[in-house]
Amino acid sequence: MRNGRSKLAVLAAIPLLATACGGGGGDTGDGSDGGGGDLSASLTGAGASFPDPLFQDWIYTYSNDVQPGVSINYQSVGSGAGVEQFLEQTVDFGSSEEPLSDEDLAAASEARGCEAVQFPVVFGAVVIAFNNPDLDGLVLDAETIAGIYSRDITTFDDPAIAELNPDMELPGDEIVPVHRSDGSGTTYVFSHYLSTEVDSWASEYGEGKELDWADGLVGGQQNDGVAQGITQNPGGLGYVNQSFAQEAGLSVAQIVNEDGNPVAPTLEATIAASEEAEIPENFQFAIDDIGGEGYPIAGSNWIFTYTCGYEQAGADAIIDFWTWALTDEGARELAGELGYAPLGEELTDRVVAELEKTNSENAAGDSGADEGADS
Amino acid sequence: MSTEVREAPRDPEAPQDSVGGTLRSGRGRLADPVFKWVVAACGTIVLVILALMVVRTTAEAWPVFAKEGFFGFLFGDTWDPGTSRTEITGTYSAWPFIYGTLVTATIAIAIALPLAIMVSVYLTHMAPRRIAKPLSYTVELLAAVPSVIFGLWGLHWFLPNVLRPFFDALEGALGWFFLFEGPVRGVGYLPAGIVLAIMILPIMTAIIREVIAVQPLDQQMAGYALGSTRWEVITKVVLPSGFSGIVAAAMLGLGRALGETIAVLMLIGGSQSWGASLFGTGSSMASHIAATFGESSPESRIALMAIGVALFLVTMIVNILARVIVWRLGQTTGDSAV
Repeated sequence: MRNGRSKLAVLAAIPLLATACGGGGGDTGDGSDGGGGDLSASLTGAGASFPDPLFQDWIYTYSNDVQPGVSINYQSVGSGAGVEQFLEQTVDFGSSEEPLSDEDLAAASEARGCEAVQFPVVFGAVVIAFNNPDLDGLVLDAETIAGIYSRDITTFDDPAIAELNPDMELPGDEIVPVHRSDGSGTTYVFSHYLSTEVDSWASEYGEGKELDWADGLVGGQQNDGVAQGITQNPGGLGYVNQSFAQEAGLSVAQIVNEDGNPVAPTLEATIAASEEAEIPENFQFAIDDIGGEGYPIAGSNWIFTYTCGYEQAGADAIIDFWTWALTDEGARELAGELGYAPLGEELTDRVVAELEKTNSENAAGDSGADEGADS
Repeated sequence: MSTEVREAPRDPEAPQDSVGGTLRSGRGRLADPVFKWVVAACGTIVLVILALMVVRTTAEAWPVFAKEGFFGFLFGDTWDPGTSRTEITGTYSAWPFIYGTLVTATIAIAIALPLAIMVSVYLTHMAPRRIAKPLSYTVELLAAVPSVIFGLWGLHWFLPNVLRPFFDALEGALGWFFLFEGPVRGVGYLPAGIVLAIMILPIMTAIIREVIAVQPLDQQMAGYALGSTRWEVITKVVLPSGFSGIVAAAMLGLGRALGETIAVLMLIGGSQSWGASLFGTGSSMASHIAATFGESSPESRIALMAIGVALFLVTMIVNILARVIVWRLGQTTGDSAV
């Protein structure tokens, strides 16, 4: 079993290595248009697709303007594959929409011979979007969303929805709920929210990256497939991540949070949610029970690194890149423009402190470096 | 072909020659066995690769089969993945995906086979030369279009603009029939099958066209001489004698339809349910593997391997069935079908 997994990871990494090698040579020499960085390394990362647009922008800006000597290749192969590749040590850093479990952490330290570090880098919201622009701002709560997705609520003028929207003219259209057909962190955030808030949902559907959905729902491949499912059905309603909805200009619902406030999915509301969340020392958390001005359906993205086994140049580049992404004003603005919420100030300090543990136990300086950074 | 090679040395004059002139024919004597071994090795590699894949995936998938039981995995209809790293905690059974694969492939063949035969007949017997050439190039060009393009085009244009109105009309007229029961959601088995049909059309047309083109002209002339119409010659002479080739083309198309991933994934509406209505959404085996592999937990990855094994099995059974059909029909029609 173990052997088989490593084979899978190698297969998955082949295109990754090829592009890493191909890209590294060309970029590093060309520093003419960039600022004056002195680091030189070539990094590979793999994992979640949810923050991919942001990561690609960060990487582009960083290796053009900040450290021209550093080239980073991030492959959005999915959280599951990202965790696997991180544990197989075929990449320098992994990324996922769920924190590593204690079981994963144990597997990591057994494989590498030292602890793994994990820290959140960005927050994002999952929004409920629909086809009908007249419904923009429709108020929903966890119970009604769960009702819609379990097909107990089938029309927009259902009493449960009408009660939340006394001032809105609700059409009698049938609601066609659309879900992600691929395994997805967006589905995880969405179903985690419903499981936390609605007991009947937790017992019947639970949470996960793929669910055994009720009959009569429409599946869509990736965000784009969901958007097509929404726009091609008159009563289409689906969940997508905020950055996608923002880009596609979809009408979105306001969600009632823990304090009973209906909150629209804006950047401010997502930041408020991330500040409401209680984040423990080990960074294993989910964003639950959000009140105040916070938007309740939110998730985070974690980055994983090891405390040993990198070449010094590679470790420096990892720390420098993520410190830049978390603290640089331009990098944080970039996140906001794409619909992601950067970390709050206090959390940023904690995360940077955690991040700096990367490679800190590398006593010999080169143990296992063959599988670490290939600068 | 192999018999020819073996018979050559048994030629009455050959032994004499080889005894008398060893030196002169030495090179030829060495080349023969070497060639034989090289060819045999190439033939064997195919088998070895296939065997390795089957054995390896089955071994990887074993824990799932052990938990669900072989038939439980194939015919149960719950797919509820767990997240464990060390054991199998979820429920895994592949019937919804097996069903989706069979339904979409059947739709694809049902549409593509008659279409491919008619296109081929047109290209070889009806079309003026000036049109036939560019038309057959165009059909072959269709084969070079990547499946993701078919998927995108199908989802963004073909489905909303062409299929959706057609489906609505179909549901309105035949909604009482269980295959066309509403509601129409857009994506589902039928659009996936229809786009698959377009995808397998070129390869089937290319083969059937060649098969028809090489049918002996004298038989057709004899048909005309007996006073047959063109319709009679094509349906009674050309198509029956090309029967085995047409079935071979259908099998190749079917193979592609069973294994097609991305286009199906984008159009089938990926859900883990299944139902008789062709407007319903579901998932095929290949598309489910592709959709969930990236985010799969360690244990559900094992279950995806098991779907891979099931896909092997289904493909094999379909192929064997097709062989049997050809063999049986070949016997009754007296055709020398292989």
